[in-house]
Amino acid sequence: MLSIAGLAAGYGRKQILSGIDLEVRAGEIVVVLGANGAGKTTLLNAVSGMCRINAGRITFKGTDITAMRPDRIAAAGLSHCPEGRQIFQRLTVEENLVVAHVGRGGKSFETLREEAFALFPILRERRNSAASRLSGGQQQMLAIGRALMAEPDLVMLDEPSLGLAPKLITQIFQIVLDLAAAGISILLVEQNVRLALELGDYGYALESGRLRVEGGAQKLAADPRLAEVYLAGGDKGAVHA
Amino acid sequence: MTGIIIQQIFNALTIGAIYAMIALGYTMVYGVLRLINFVHGDLFMLGAYVALAGFVLLAPGGGLVWALAAALIAIAVFMVVGGVGVAIERTAYKPLRNSNRLAPMLSSLGLSLALQTAVQITMGPQPIAFQSLFPAIPLDFLGARITTVQIGIVVAALLLMVGLKLFIARSRLGVVVRAVSENRRTAQLLGVDVDKAISTIFFIGPGLGALGGVLFASYYGVMMPTMGIIIGLKAFTAAILGGIGSITGAVVGGFLLAFFEVFGTAMLPILTNGWLGTEYRDIFAFLMLILVLLFRPAGLFGEQTSEESMVMKRDF
Ligand SMILES: Nc1ncnc2c1ncn2[C@@H]1O[C@H](COP(=O)(O)OP(=O)(O)OP(=O)(O)O)[C@@H](O)[C@H]1O
Ligand SMILES: [Mg+2]
Repeated sequence: MLSIAGLAAGYGRKQILSGIDLEVRAGEIVVVLGANGAGKTTLLNAVSGMCRINAGRITFKGTDITAMRPDRIAAAGLSHCPEGRQIFQRLTVEENLVVAHVGRGGKSFETLREEAFALFPILRERRNSAASRLSGGQQQMLAIGRALMAEPDLVMLDEPSLGLAPKLITQIFQIVLDLAAAGISILLVEQNVRLALELGDYGYALESGRLRVEGGAQKLAADPRLAEVYLAGGDKGAVHA
Repeated sequence: MTGIIIQQIFNALTIGAIYAMIALGYTMVYGVLRLINFVHGDLFMLGAYVALAGFVLLAPGGGLVWALAAALIAIAVFMVVGGVGVAIERTAYKPLRNSNRLAPMLSSLGLSLALQTAVQITMGPQPIAFQSLFPAIPLDFLGARITTVQIGIVVAALLLMVGLKLFIARSRLGVVVRAVSENRRTAQLLGVDVDKAISTIFFIGPGLGALGGVLFASYYGVMMPTMGIIIGLKAFTAAILGGIGSITGAVVGGFLLAFFEVFGTAMLPILTNGWLGTEYRDIFAFLMLILVLLFRPAGLFGEQTSEESMVMKRDF
């Protein structure tokens, strides 16, 4: 589905990532871990064309997307649910969904909107509210619902659990499982290491822009090097993995 | 006395409608690109010249044929100047999109001079008489003398503004334009063709401004290559007054500025005991601009606290 080989990327002249090889197969949940500032968000940005790529190749469904424009990559079926949700605050809930659907073939807006509402019924209730009035959890649901408007084959989620209550996190993660079961591949960036590895099939851990460890989720959870990744990054909260 | 006041109200409504139409172009472009499009006043001027060309080409007779020709000319003005607006964005602004904010502004100042000069070379610098788009029938209304030209201008401008409001509020492209103006990166991440949204803005804004030029020339009966300078600055003031980036603000600002100016000018000889005559009318708009920038740079409908509304103040 998605395949990254020898990727080096960064912002402007600043190189953040180097030597990244990563694979996401159809219907698989792949987790990217790492301390703050390790380069997880940058990795997702590189895939969706939002930062500068200095070396390497990214292919999606067999097509080289390395030099493609972000909107073309999204249109090809790769949705990116960005860090911090990035909801359009001045638009209504429904208008946020419209933005992600404009100019696409495939299912009609109404059909996809109903699918999103079925997944997150609260969005139906609040469809005409300004998005700025949603709670954090509701905004995260909207962000995921919006990412699904493109009928993606792969969804990249950047810390969807950030700032949410435990009950909501469970709900969001259940949705992620359901999406994968429905055949959508997931590339998930998470700080919540334990939960993420329970959910995922395979994991990669980044340290200072390089891959440090990778492996099947269970194996990775038991790998002592994983804790080192977090210690090296100076992050205290996640060592309990 | 009431006759004079009603007369002035109509004058202010007429001018205000024209200011509002031009102010919309400034505000829409600023909303999406955070750019003050200084060439906008000259696109307003270009609108009048394109309409003149239309009149010469079609040479309409009277009655229904004339009304049809006027409608055709209005559509042609919108399309031609809208197209020029898109071309300007593609060639003069898009290559500078990721550079310093000052660069595209300088580019727009240069274009403004180039466009004025080009029209001056082809059409001459002298004022040219302009045939009104609407029939000029004087009417007596409660002691005020107004003309059907004024009514035509106000009605046409209001219809266009309501149309714009509906387009922005209801249409899918309107939603996309608002999304792009709030956060261009995220819109692009979601698959929006940002260039297309920006082109839409650069088509509609100059198109409306150009129709404003036709209305203006219809009202005064003359046009010249430099007519966009002062009117452009005044409409820009109206946009700032309303809160740049706000569509409602541009319309309200246009009318407010016109009322301030028309009534201020009428009072000027009385207030200064004849020392300043009505020829000093332009001081009102610029006084207003200074006051707004000093005391409320975010304007009436701008968000006082938002980062972008203060950008103006920081950059200049
Ligand atoms: N737009 C940018 N321009 C320049 N440098 C950036 C930019 N965004 C991030 N960086 C730098 O890139 C490095 C990696 O940041 P990134 O956001 O990818 O980390 P992360 O793993 O997602 O961290 P977090 O867990 O805090 O989200 C950091 O050193 C950061 O300062
Ligand atoms: Mg991050």
